[in-house]
Amino acid sequence: MDPVRDLVVVGASLAGLRAVEAARRKGYDGRITLVGAEPHLPYDRPPLSKAFLDEGTTPEAPPFRSEEHLREELGVDLLLGTPATGLDASDRVLEAGDREVRYDRLIVATGAAARTLPGTEGVAGVHALRTLDDAVAIRTALDAGARTVVVGAGFIGSEVASGARKRGLPVTIVESLDVPLTRSVGPDAGRVCAELHRANGADLRLGRGVRELLVADGRAVGVLLDDGTRVDADLVVAGIGVVPSTGWLRDSGIALHERDGALLCDATLATSLPGVYGAGDVAYWPNPLFDDQLMRLEHWTNAAEHGAAAAAHALDPAAAVPVASVPYFWSDWYGHRIQFVGVPQADEVVVLAEEPYLALYRRGERVVGALTVDRPTQIMKLRKLVSQRASWTEAREFAEGLPAVRAPQRTR
Amino acid sequence: MRLAIDYDKCTGLGLCEAEAPDVFEVQADGTLLCLDENPAETLRAEVEAACASCPTEALRIIEG
Repeated sequence: MDPVRDLVVVGASLAGLRAVEAARRKGYDGRITLVGAEPHLPYDRPPLSKAFLDEGTTPEAPPFRSEEHLREELGVDLLLGTPATGLDASDRVLEAGDREVRYDRLIVATGAAARTLPGTEGVAGVHALRTLDDAVAIRTALDAGARTVVVGAGFIGSEVASGARKRGLPVTIVESLDVPLTRSVGPDAGRVCAELHRANGADLRLGRGVRELLVADGRAVGVLLDDGTRVDADLVVAGIGVVPSTGWLRDSGIALHERDGALLCDATLATSLPGVYGAGDVAYWPNPLFDDQLMRLEHWTNAAEHGAAAAAHALDPAAAVPVASVPYFWSDWYGHRIQFVGVPQADEVVVLAEEPYLALYRRGERVVGALTVDRPTQIMKLRKLVSQRASWTEAREFAEGLPAVRAPQRTR
Repeated sequence: MRLAIDYDKCTGLGLCEAEAPDVFEVQADGTLLCLDENPAETLRAEVEAACASCPTEALRIIEG
């Protein structure tokens, strides 16, 4: 096999950065080109919906690495503000506008784009939250004291609501489900999360949709709900999920999932095209830790792990191993930390404590997940049980033997 | 090896504890407790993985 001389990483966020760093750590000394749609250097996204929205603090979103570090230390050719537009797999060329970048190995880490409310393009005061630019716009509106409507009571929308309430601003959350977050954490934990909103003064409208965005002089002034009620607002934030960023791959012949168009990878993150690997939010892969369940995760840890693994496997396919990982995410609301490890699709969910909350998820005879609120010292011990494929009996005994935790008095 | 921990950056997410439970433990109040600031060489792989996994880049190994 010819040695790899041209590694191209498309997608300049966490997964892409980790791919670059892993390639160099593995001793790869050929060319690396990092292609990114946004003009910014790779930056960290989780803080954008958390500390970044806080009042008074200087909004900081420092890049993970300086441009100098990326160019000089890591020897990366940066092609930022340059969205990928196509892929010619037979000639191994990535197309980005009028640029053509040849590759021996390509890592696709283009992530996903926030879904937007239909018919809101160009209307001021309406935002999604995915990018730094989105976060700056939302923060600016909160600084101006915006009355806020959040559409979608998922994690991003809930964090925005929390940020607005922290400033004492009125917030209405509109959620089409009767219980939020059922797909992410199951209905019981979803109920507990909904209670956090209510306890902190957010107006939560469940089982409701937005019929119409109300606009005056090109600015959002509120929403009309499908029950006919009107909610006035200066800021409307859509937290209604994402669309995998694979439109540019449509004519490439690469295998995509029929449901959402995300990349289909094998257990080593190889795609259907030779020399092309996937990583992060954009990629489905069968996770051997959960009976090869096909997963696509939108989690920080997944992007980091995938990026490093994809690079290692791309450069040395003979040494590639299946990527086994325990999904982990966290979310901070109203001073409470919600943490989840594993998978929520379960035969049974057992709530072991209400305050602060602790639930275990069973599939067959095995523990497959755990959710905690304000139990930061316990979550990683529960994760270990999931990663070790611990039996349900063992997991329950362990969890029931955990010391009681006093609920923190951090509620506003 | 010695560990340098930036407690201002740490938010207690626990990835380090997942990688190296003999060295790191998040406490009930969410703060990080370092169980061993001079971990043995036998723990190197775990500790390096812990440092690399930190979402806030709060952990560093100082050689020597």
